[in-house]
Parts: sequence; C-alpha cells; structure tokens
Amino acid sequence: MSPKSSDGGWSPYLAGALVGVLAIVSVFATTSLLGKGSYLGASTTFVRAAGLIEQTVAPEHVATNEYFKKEKVIVDWQFMIIIGIFLGALVASQTDKSFKLEGVPPAWEERFGPSIGKRAIGAFLGGIVAMVGARMADGCPSGHGLSGLMQLSVSGFVALAMFFGVGILVAGIVYRRRRS
Amino acid sequence: MTTVHWLGLLTGIAFGFLLQKGRVLRFEKQVGAMLLKDMTILKFMMSAIVVGMIGIILMSDAGIIKLSHKPMNLGAILVGGALFGAGWAVMGFCPGTSVGALGEGRWHAIFAIVGMIVGAAVYAELYPFFKSTVLAWQDYGKIGLPEALGVSKWVIVPLFTAGTVWLFYWFEKKGL
Repeated sequence: MSPKSSDGGWSPYLAGALVGVLAIVSVFATTSLLGKGSYLGASTTFVRAAGLIEQTVAPEHVATNEYFKKEKVIVDWQFMIIIGIFLGALVASQTDKSFKLEGVPPAWEERFGPSIGKRAIGAFLGGIVAMVGARMADGCPSGHGLSGLMQLSVSGFVALAMFFGVGILVAGIVYRRRRS
Repeated sequence: MTTVHWLGLLTGIAFGFLLQKGRVLRFEKQVGAMLLKDMTILKFMMSAIVVGMIGIILMSDAGIIKLSHKPMNLGAILVGGALFGAGWAVMGFCPGTSVGALGEGRWHAIFAIVGMIVGAAVYAELYPFFKSTVLAWQDYGKIGLPEALGVSKWVIVPLFTAGTVWLFYWFEKKGL
C-alpha cells in the first residue's frame, strides 16, 4: 500500500483513516466545547439551505412548515462544515494542481455524450430523488455511513446497505454500454 | 461567527481537504464503486469507519462522549435508503462530496447541489404525508448493534475490523 495514489493523491486508506481521526476529535471537541457531541453529517444542511432561500420569498410559509420547524432554519455547525468542505477541497486541489474546471464528468460523457444540458438534467433530477431519500432516511453516506457505522448504529448498517445495494442496481442500468 | 461556527468551519476544511486528497470527490470514483470497478470510496469510507469506530466506542465506554444513534425506522431507512441509492447513482455525488467536487473545479456539481436543495424543499412539503405513511410503519428506535444482537461491542469491533482488513486485501488482490 503506497502512501500515494496513481493520480497524485493520497492513498484512500491513509486519507480515510485520517477522516476517522477527524471524526473522533470532532465528537470530543463538540462535546467539551459545545456541551453536546455532534457527529459528522451533511444532508440536513440542504434542508436549512432550502429554508433560507424560501424565506426570502415566503417567510410565513417557512415559519409554519412542520419540517422546517423540526430541523430549524439556521446556519449551524453542520452548515459550516459544508462550507468548509468546499474550501478544504479547493485548497487541497491547489496544492497538487488537481483543480480542474469540468462541465461534464468524463465517465458521464462516455455514456451520454458531451451535452452539458443532459448532464444538468440528470444531476438535477438525481439530486431531487437522492435528497428526498436522504431526508426520509434521516441521513446520507456521511451521517448514516460514516457516523452511523462508527457508533455501531443498526440504522447506519441498514441504510448504507440500501444506499449501495440500490446504487449498484441503478448504476448498472444507467451506465450500461449502448450497443453500437 | 461563534465557537460553534468556527468549530464547524475548521472541521469542514479538514474534512474537505482529506476528501479531495483521497480523490473520492470525483463522479468517476462514486459511479466506479457502484459499477464495482473502482473501490476507492469504499477503501476511504471503511478506513474512516474502522479508525473512528475504535476511538468513538472507547470514548463512549469511558463516559467521555455520548453515542447518538439515528432511529431504526423501517420504512424511512428502507424506502429512503432506496431512493437515495437511485438518485446517487444518476447524480454521481452524495451531499457531502457535491460541495467538495465544486471546490476542486468540477462545476457541474452545481446541478446536483441545486437538485438536492430542491429535493429538500420538496421533502419539507411532503413531510406530513410521509409522517403518516412511510414513517409510521415500524420504528425500532435508536438502537445499536450490540443491544440488537445481544453481543458485546468488543466482539463486534474486532470482527468488523478483521472483516474490513480482509476486504481490503481482496480489493488489492483483484486490483479494484
């Protein structure tokens, strides 16, 4: 196992293990500094972002919506994590020149061609379905996958199995090569 | 910016840095795992889980931190998990990696991000309906695997670790 990957990044084992350390430090830090331990997650922030945007046009609607009231439309710890992920990835990609402006993922292009419109529609619709699912399940691969399994949560194991199981099934259908 | 925000921001920067260095932000890596061709994201996730699990279970045993299980709500996890898996396959990003992909210049991730924000808004509108249907089927509550199986966590953690190491060995042998 080399510490470098073939594309100039770090070994996924090394980078992943360091995320494990980060998760431990993060639960400890939130417990001791904020009084309540928080585990890494991402998808609730999309609810808060939706609420913040909707608030600008329909504040009463957001204020009375049961789900927004439950999740609270605020910029919290996890919201800052999402902003941080963007910044951290930006910095990391500058340090090894792996930053690259890309309008269509190469693997998508191989299957569906170079149309940005097609990619946009796929990603947009996929995003809607995925987020409805993540909110229903109360977590995504970060909250259920990483944090759930680290804590030995039953919900984490079942959710991650569903994510990958159905993901494998659908990816097999969507990206199957066209006979040409 | 209060302590909460600074703590979140710093944690996020470190998380984003490691996600990028591990090269797991790419569409190709996520779809590659679902096509069973490139196991980079599984190597990354499982490494994080094993290390995090040992530290978190130890700290919880020592009473330093509290565990926070998400509820094992049957309909929520099965139906929600399936919907997420389907959307994830087409989108090629998960919520956390989408913003990271944007950070490393893959600006098409913006379509996925906008879709997910719309999806969250849709869920907020449909919540009362889901609450009385899918979410109301059966809720086993916030349970951990040790209680559910009646097995000590110090049996599960070593077994899980050994299984993961075996999986890694297999990935490397197969060149995945």
